[in-house]
Amino acid sequence: MEWLALEFMQRALLAALITGLTAPAIGTYLVQRRLSLLGDGLGHLAVAGVGLAFLTGTAPLPLAVLVCVVGAIAIELLRELGRTSGDVGLAILFYGGLSGGLLLASLAGQGTGTLSAFLFGSLLTINAAELWIIGGLGAVVLLVCLGLLPQLFAVSADEPFARTIGLPVRVYNVLVVALAAVTVTVSMRTVGLLLVSALMVVPVATANHLVIGFRRSMLTAMGLGVIAAVSGTIGSYQFDTAPGALIVVIAIGLFALSWPVSLLLARRHAPVVELTDDQPPRSHEMTEEHPHVHSEGCGHRAVPHGGHVDYIHDGHRHAAHEGHYDEH
Amino acid sequence: MTPAETPAPEPATEPAITAQRVDVVLSGVPIVRRASFEIGLGQTVAVTGNNGSGKTTLMRALLGLVPHRGTVRLFGTELSRFRDWRRIGYVPQRSTILVQQATAREVVASGRLGLRRPLWPAGAADRRAVADALTRVGLADRAQAPFVRLSGGQQQRVLIARALAGEADLMIWDEPLAGVDQATQGVLADVLSDLRRQGTTVVMVLHEPGPFEPLIDRAITLADGRIVADGPFLPAAGGHEVHELPHSHFHETGLEVV
Repeated sequence: MEWLALEFMQRALLAALITGLTAPAIGTYLVQRRLSLLGDGLGHLAVAGVGLAFLTGTAPLPLAVLVCVVGAIAIELLRELGRTSGDVGLAILFYGGLSGGLLLASLAGQGTGTLSAFLFGSLLTINAAELWIIGGLGAVVLLVCLGLLPQLFAVSADEPFARTIGLPVRVYNVLVVALAAVTVTVSMRTVGLLLVSALMVVPVATANHLVIGFRRSMLTAMGLGVIAAVSGTIGSYQFDTAPGALIVVIAIGLFALSWPVSLLLARRHAPVVELTDDQPPRSHEMTEEHPHVHSEGCGHRAVPHGGHVDYIHDGHRHAAHEGHYDEH
Repeated sequence: MTPAETPAPEPATEPAITAQRVDVVLSGVPIVRRASFEIGLGQTVAVTGNNGSGKTTLMRALLGLVPHRGTVRLFGTELSRFRDWRRIGYVPQRSTILVQQATAREVVASGRLGLRRPLWPAGAADRRAVADALTRVGLADRAQAPFVRLSGGQQQRVLIARALAGEADLMIWDEPLAGVDQATQGVLADVLSDLRRQGTTVVMVLHEPGPFEPLIDRAITLADGRIVADGPFLPAAGGHEVHELPHSHFHETGLEVV
């Protein structure tokens, strides 16, 4: 554990922790609004900010945040006006950002090598000033994502309804994409601009397998994001790999593991069916030999039925009765 | 029909809804034409008409969700200046809502947001209102179930509970009975009957009145975007296939009301 004493490792772990918390938090709203790939596009846009910083000789992080936020707000307002016909307008903006960034960087005499620190992350070279910016912006993202959770949920789930209860829908929509832009740029040193989108979407998809409820799945996604980001950082130090790539691979590994777990959970949470024909059984009809014992969570659908609970088994309703099962 | 006792929440001066010569044109196509009517406080009004007759669009225009020409006033205030949205309870068509993970309770809780301050946690009154709303539609035991896995009738009840949680004075329901089974229709009729007793104004798009029939004061019928009938709700004998409205001469134009 000697690496914990290394200052650059401490900074790397802190930055990874912040990315692990913020990316899935804002990602939950993007997934809810079916904008899963917006983060990827914003990452391309941020490259233009980095290129501009190279050309002007300023610090890359603040300028990239600015360019990305302005671009994100423009996209959202265009979407609201219905001017961008689906993805085409977005694609032009995103690839314009990427090519423009590369062009600006090469004009500044910087090769793609310097740029790759931002495209794929460079977690171990974060300096103290950058960590302060990452921490401050991360705190803002978390405060809004958690503090305005009911409002942002309402707007992303049912925009017309949100309007009719007087919520400032446009403000909240712009807020979500602006914070997504902030999260993307803040994460460019940890997982990199090309991979951050994975951390916004994959833990959310994993959480959706595991838990029920919007709030719970957001908190679970944040937990999964932290696990992936922190273990990926430590692992990349131990095995000398690219941290951003390892973080995303771990996140996808967790997603793959969640498949079988979700299947088990689905059996346990078998839905309760409402029956409308509550006819009493015509006669006392016992089931054939029945070694399986029905109980809550046994995997068969439970059906409340005339004051007791039946279990649906192979298309029959089984009701416990004096040590055997009746057909209901 | 016996008029229900209607203790209006505020001095009953202005109608709940005033529409004067309302036109709605979407993508160059006139959807609603010259719609004029007033809906008084405490009335229960059905808006009927064939598919594509402009019912839903008219409701959306009244709520400011689509642009309109003409005048719409809610509780006496011009729509563009109306800010008292907490008084409105909208139930959109079920298919418009987009949730993957949210529980029924979370969906209903969003109906309280007009009354809550941002960045402030829900208070005891908010939680009670959400629980009450779920109980009134008979879904207290399904509060933690994911909305998407509920049956169509249960989803409809959740959306109505969401509007109830906001304690609105004017309910606008878009096809609350569409795809809803008989038992659920009965539950919703009880809810509607409670709202009438409380003096809540209810305007709803209906295809078939079903168990709502005795609770409806008035029907506004649209055909091809125009109001072709407006008057007391008169169910026809022999089921609800066709209900005759006072302005029966319109039927001669082939605008049958189903």
